Amino acid sequence: MDSCFHCGEKCKEELIIFQEKVFCCNGCKTVFEILVESNLTYYYELQEKPGISPGASEMKFDFLDNSEIVEKLLEFNENKNQIVSFLIPSMHCSSCIWVLENLGKLNQGIKYSQVDFPKKTVRINFSSDKINLKELVYLLSRIGYEPYISLKDYDEKNHKIDRSLIYKLGVAGFAFGNVMFLSFPEYFEVKEFWLEQFKHLFRWLMFAFSLPVVFYSGSDYFISAFKGLRARILNIDVPIAMGIAVLFIRSSTEILFDLGTGFFDSLTGLVFFLLLGKFFQQKTYSYLSFERDYKSYFPMAVTRLGTNTSRETTEEQVQVYKVKPGDRILIRNAELIPIDSVLIKGMANIDYSFVTGEAEVVKKESGETLYAGGRQQGGMLEIEAIKAIDQSYLTRLWSNEIFKKDKRGQFQNLINQISKRFTAGVLSIAFLATMFWLFYDPSKALNVFTAILIIACPCALALATPFTLGNLLRIFGRNKFYLKEAGVIEQIAKIDCLVFDKTGTITSNKKTEVYYEGLKLNAFDKQLLSSSLRASGHPLSMQLYQILEKNKILSLDEFKEYSGKGISSAGNGSKMKIGSASFVKESACDTKEFNKTTVHISSNNEYKGCYIFKNSYREGLVDLFRKLGDSKELFILSGDNDGEREKLENMLPMKTKFHFNQQPEDKLNFIKKLQQEGKSVMMIGDGLNDAGALAQSDVGISVSENINVFSPACDGILEACNLTSLNEYFKLSEKGVKIIKWSFVLSLCYNIVGLAFAVSGNLMPVIAAILMPLSSISIVTFTTLATNLAGRKFKPLVSKT
Amino acid sequence: MNIIYLLLALSILVALIFFIAFIFSVKKGQYDDVYTPSVRMLFDDELVRSDKSDSTKNKKSN
Repeated sequence: MDSCFHCGEKCKEELIIFQEKVFCCNGCKTVFEILVESNLTYYYELQEKPGISPGASEMKFDFLDNSEIVEKLLEFNENKNQIVSFLIPSMHCSSCIWVLENLGKLNQGIKYSQVDFPKKTVRINFSSDKINLKELVYLLSRIGYEPYISLKDYDEKNHKIDRSLIYKLGVAGFAFGNVMFLSFPEYFEVKEFWLEQFKHLFRWLMFAFSLPVVFYSGSDYFISAFKGLRARILNIDVPIAMGIAVLFIRSSTEILFDLGTGFFDSLTGLVFFLLLGKFFQQKTYSYLSFERDYKSYFPMAVTRLGTNTSRETTEEQVQVYKVKPGDRILIRNAELIPIDSVLIKGMANIDYSFVTGEAEVVKKESGETLYAGGRQQGGMLEIEAIKAIDQSYLTRLWSNEIFKKDKRGQFQNLINQISKRFTAGVLSIAFLATMFWLFYDPSKALNVFTAILIIACPCALALATPFTLGNLLRIFGRNKFYLKEAGVIEQIAKIDCLVFDKTGTITSNKKTEVYYEGLKLNAFDKQLLSSSLRASGHPLSMQLYQILEKNKILSLDEFKEYSGKGISSAGNGSKMKIGSASFVKESACDTKEFNKTTVHISSNNEYKGCYIFKNSYREGLVDLFRKLGDSKELFILSGDNDGEREKLENMLPMKTKFHFNQQPEDKLNFIKKLQQEGKSVMMIGDGLNDAGALAQSDVGISVSENINVFSPACDGILEACNLTSLNEYFKLSEKGVKIIKWSFVLSLCYNIVGLAFAVSGNLMPVIAAILMPLSSISIVTFTTLATNLAGRKFKPLVSKT
Repeated sequence: MNIIYLLLALSILVALIFFIAFIFSVKKGQYDDVYTPSVRMLFDDELVRSDKSDSTKNKKSN
């Protein structure tokens, strides 16, 4: 089979040959034509088959005619010179970067465009007299890079990038280098004439360099320590802040009274290394957003219907927030229903998959209520809004207080647990040693006291966690498990209770198992069946038609669709009924089949059998549950009815507990209840209906078939193909925590050596200057090597899908 | 030995120049996206070639 020259997809249905190249669809061919015309064929040289087949998107961006919305989207607008940034989820390779940065060749109006690949955004500068925003968006869509514009873009504007950490790191690094340089001569303590002459100048210069380090670079540690103390928590920043303060004060007094060189080298080095650790941990996946709520899914504008003075229906693009109850709205194919509403006109086939994770399309009649979040598939709909946008069934979930809480800081992490004892230990040693020296040699008491606080500053201790977890975060990411922040790994290691969503999480969205039960259908029946299904617009018919062998299509003599019941058709003298049990059998249906999705068939009034639709479970699921079941409690929460209970109970380990018919709020409360029992809960879900539970759980993991498709707010996004290796991720996280503990031991050893010097009153600046970087570097080396070793052993069981 | 004042001043001056250059580059957003420029760099050669073959094309703006 040939694969498309543009997108690389297998050409299934039609084959288009153009300029001796094969294309899978007209869309791909068009993109190729556009690129050839504008001399952009280098696109295909950079990477083989780089393209994305463009989706049909007529009218989709008509709301960009509304100047108010356009104004909100533009970053800059002056003298017809406009700048806009778009999120382009389909961007994936170097060819994409190249073509998006050469948009100017496609349209004269585009002055320049710049791609930020990690964020998957493109920033375009264009002149509005040559091309307007709407044309620009359509141009991008035509070449397969459709921008994603959602309600969130309307609300948020000009979020500033926080670069303070990199500034602080720069300042600390700059000062550290210079101070090292200046303190070097005095390390050897030669009573050399010239050194004696210049040492005061050197010392005061060091003092000057250390000022910005303490008061700017180190300021976060003081703030955090202060906050911790106010909340009566001895966090790790308390001994660090204490160390920095004591280092600075003692060094300053030493040079002021000409007692010694001070510890400015250790001070600046300490802050530099600490910030380096922070920087290392900071890495996140900027193109993935972990903070999404419904706003990222919702469209910016809808088409509102109105009547003008001459009583003609008018269409008007309005911002979603401006829709009031009672307004009539037009919903086109593949558009999202933004608001709870009543269906007025049209055949509604609503796909609620991103709300419930349920792939099956729901059919609605006029007069029925449509909930916000569904996507129409098929013809146009006219609906009437019954609630305001933020009061719909779905969006109300976000008013739950759990979404306002910051999950971070709620947990007592390992480092804070240790630092509590550590700080207490250091302080008591310091006081005991000072007491001893007060009796023995009072002149040295203060010296010893400060030396202990300096040497015990837990630099290595503070570095162990960020470097271990930061490195693990990268290893996880390489294995398609993307975490919001490094601290999540520590939480994962503690999980003792797992809650799975059913549909879309442990079942695969794509593959629905369909099998036939009943009398064998003859060739003619099959032909008639597929011909009838082809004519029907019902989602189940369409799904079934896709699966059946392609028979020759009959011309039907008769075809009638009964909504909510089924189809009756006739062809070549034989009749057929397809549909629900009661419709086909014409007798009382047996209620046994109640929970299954079935399509029954009768031919010439003789009942033949039925097709049964079943969700297919992911490969390797049973194995995963068995492995996880050894150490953890397992639950399955589903928004569906309990039709699959029996199958699941037979398939999964005995201990697994099931709960069906769970509303989004129920899921959230269920997690809360488990937590109140003292359990550490991980929620694994996918749809927006899991959003509450994901936010409530200790670790919320969102399973995604395609990470470019948006997933609800969570702590981590796991690619669906790797769900079955969940247990391996657990093992790796546990190893990570073990590595941290070992590096704590290692850093304590350094501390003990340092303390021995400090307690005996022999702490020379040069010793501190050697010990401090040595301990930091060896801890960093140890954790990096250990995590890489653990990561190399890690082998995810990627299931073939 | 008074030359040390000059040397010291010079060494700090040089360090400061680098430091200011660093701050400036951060401010201009050079550290915001550290991946795309590495790819973009490889395109420029190709653009020169296509410019030759088609002289009417405008040059790439930055």
